[in-house]
Amino acid sequence: MFEAENIRAIADKVYELKLTGDTTEIVRPGQFVNIRVIGKYLRRPISVCDWDSESLILIFKVFGEGTEILSRIKKGEKMDILSGLGNGFTVIETDKPLLVGGGVGVPPLYGLAKKLIENGLKPNVVLGFASAKDVFYKDEFESLGLKAYVATVDGTMGTKGFVTDAIKENNIECDYFYACGPNPMLKALCSELECSGQLSLEERMGCGFGACMGCSINTAKGIKRVCHDGPVFFKEDLLWK
Amino acid sequence: MEVNMKVNLSGVELDNPIIPASGTFGFGEEFKDLYDLNILGSISFKGTTREPRFGNPTPRIAECPSGLLNSVGLQNPGIDAVINEEIPKLSKYFHKPLIANISGFSIEDYAFACEKIDKVEQVGIIEVNISCPNVKHGGMSFGTSPESAAEVTKAVKEVTTKPVYIKLSPNVTDIAAIARACEAAGADGFSLINTLLGMRIDIKKRKPVLANVVGGLSGPAVFPVALRMVYQVYKAVSVPIIGMGGISSASDVIEMMMAGASAVQIGSANLVDPFICKKIIEELPIKMQELGISSLSELKPDF
Ligand SMILES: Cc1cc2nc3c(=O)[nH]c(=O)nc-3n(C[C@H](O)[C@H](O)[C@H](O)COP(=O)(O)OP(=O)(O)OC[C@H]3O[C@@H](n4cnc5c(N)ncnc54)[C@H](O)[C@@H]3O)c2cc1C
Ligand SMILES: Cc1cc2nc3c(=O)[nH]c(=O)nc-3n(C[C@H](O)[C@H](O)[C@H](O)COP(=O)(O)O)c2cc1C
Ligand code: FES
Repeated sequence: MFEAENIRAIADKVYELKLTGDTTEIVRPGQFVNIRVIGKYLRRPISVCDWDSESLILIFKVFGEGTEILSRIKKGEKMDILSGLGNGFTVIETDKPLLVGGGVGVPPLYGLAKKLIENGLKPNVVLGFASAKDVFYKDEFESLGLKAYVATVDGTMGTKGFVTDAIKENNIECDYFYACGPNPMLKALCSELECSGQLSLEERMGCGFGACMGCSINTAKGIKRVCHDGPVFFKEDLLWK
Repeated sequence: MEVNMKVNLSGVELDNPIIPASGTFGFGEEFKDLYDLNILGSISFKGTTREPRFGNPTPRIAECPSGLLNSVGLQNPGIDAVINEEIPKLSKYFHKPLIANISGFSIEDYAFACEKIDKVEQVGIIEVNISCPNVKHGGMSFGTSPESAAEVTKAVKEVTTKPVYIKLSPNVTDIAAIARACEAAGADGFSLINTLLGMRIDIKKRKPVLANVVGGLSGPAVFPVALRMVYQVYKAVSVPIIGMGGISSASDVIEMMMAGASAVQIGSANLVDPFICKKIIEELPIKMQELGISSLSELKPDF
């Protein structure tokens, strides 16, 4: 059981939710939690943005009814959450790591940025959103001492276009990348960045812990479940259709 | 009051009637660290076919009021890998008779897989899922006509001495007629219900949510339908029934057994609460006490 500690809007329809509870199952950035939402049958998967020994930060956008209900949670409310799901990112020691997040794919990269820094690495950060009103966590990444570049599709903040345009425009070099965001963004990164990397995928889930085979994908290493064997996969293992 | 939770399925004695349903518990691997699997009555493992299968394209899960649709399409590693890898792994932490859930797309497929699984000692019951489309006969599911259901039953009975339970599809007009045909062909019992065919449309994208367009509905939404069908089959046959469809509590278990089930399976509920089977097993004796039920095996419909 977790308890809602604080919820605040941080961008258009985007909320940052702080929870308190037992976080011992969370061991790596890029893992996720599966939240029971009152009135909905299936749980809702949300990435761990940041955590410490007794608290947890999630960032989510209101997409449909489940996340809408979640956005109305009140401080002190108890929450039924399955925590520490999925494999998470593996820190690889390289000179020029790059973090690329698109929309609500940004949150897990924040926890990862902190882990990379703990390991003495200093990643560049590129964040992609639709418009300036959607942008969040640019300042938080910069408070970690990192340079955070923004791309917006309509050009209202940063580079006009996609994350790949921001990478080109700013001549950002990288020798390894970590990405989370919509599939078209991930595909574009895989083809445009020559270096190797890790990507966090999204799939509709039944259980979120490996029991139902609802979220399977074909990979170079055989059939994998996004919830259990992923959500993070190595670029080399993905077979983009 | 002492309560007795033991039940008997064609000579296979279960400590309690609680069995995780096929497709919602994998081969136990994801649950073994959550609780001791040996508290369960048995386990019905993931639907197994002659060849390995990926199943249908994703998305293959859709949320519904009080339930979900799935169009997983029988993802499994194939009968040989199940026998040589999955069952030996499961045997390390589950020591009771298993229910082997077998699927196929032709009569030969069923017979082939059942003949192989017949040799596995830990398998107590073979559960034959006849909801799959018959690829040789226009894709209609085996479970939708009494003739083809009986044909599968007969073919499987010829290759095994283990009890054969036919898992019935609810997507039929007269489930009792199909059950009677299977019983006449030698079925030792029945499992029901499988999922009810349904669909959802994403109104923003104007497209079906499932890549497969349609999928099977399960969860509490189907409980009253399942209860009705178990009752109808109970009235039509004299062999044991494993009842399932939306069961999520000890009360649901008792209700299902009052409709004529000798044991029950818990499916979708495992997906939203991985501890649900343990909770139900703990709750059951308390509920029995409350209702003055001393032995579960005595629960039968007298109406
Ligand atoms: C591993 C993982 C991590 C995620 N992390 C975040 C995050 O940090 N922040 C965030 O805002 N969102 C995240 N998402 C997406 C989030 O789960 C969906 O936006 C949310 O489930 C939508 O629920 P809803 O009821 O509002 O929408 P509805 O469309 O009403 O939901 C209907 C059903 O579809 C599922 N669904 C809908 N959209 C998605 C989707 N994009 N991915 C998976 N399932 C979906 C729902 O879970 C539900 O079962 C993540 C998804 C996954 C798989
Ligand atoms: C994700 C999922 C996968 C399933 N896979 C199988 C299967 O492989 N074989 C089978 O006979 N039934 C399968 N079923 C059906 C269940 O075993 C059960 O009959 C049905 O879901 C009704 O029970 P429930 O409402 O408790 O889930 C599956 C159900 C779900 C939800
Ligand atoms: S969501 Fe059930 S196996 Fe991944």
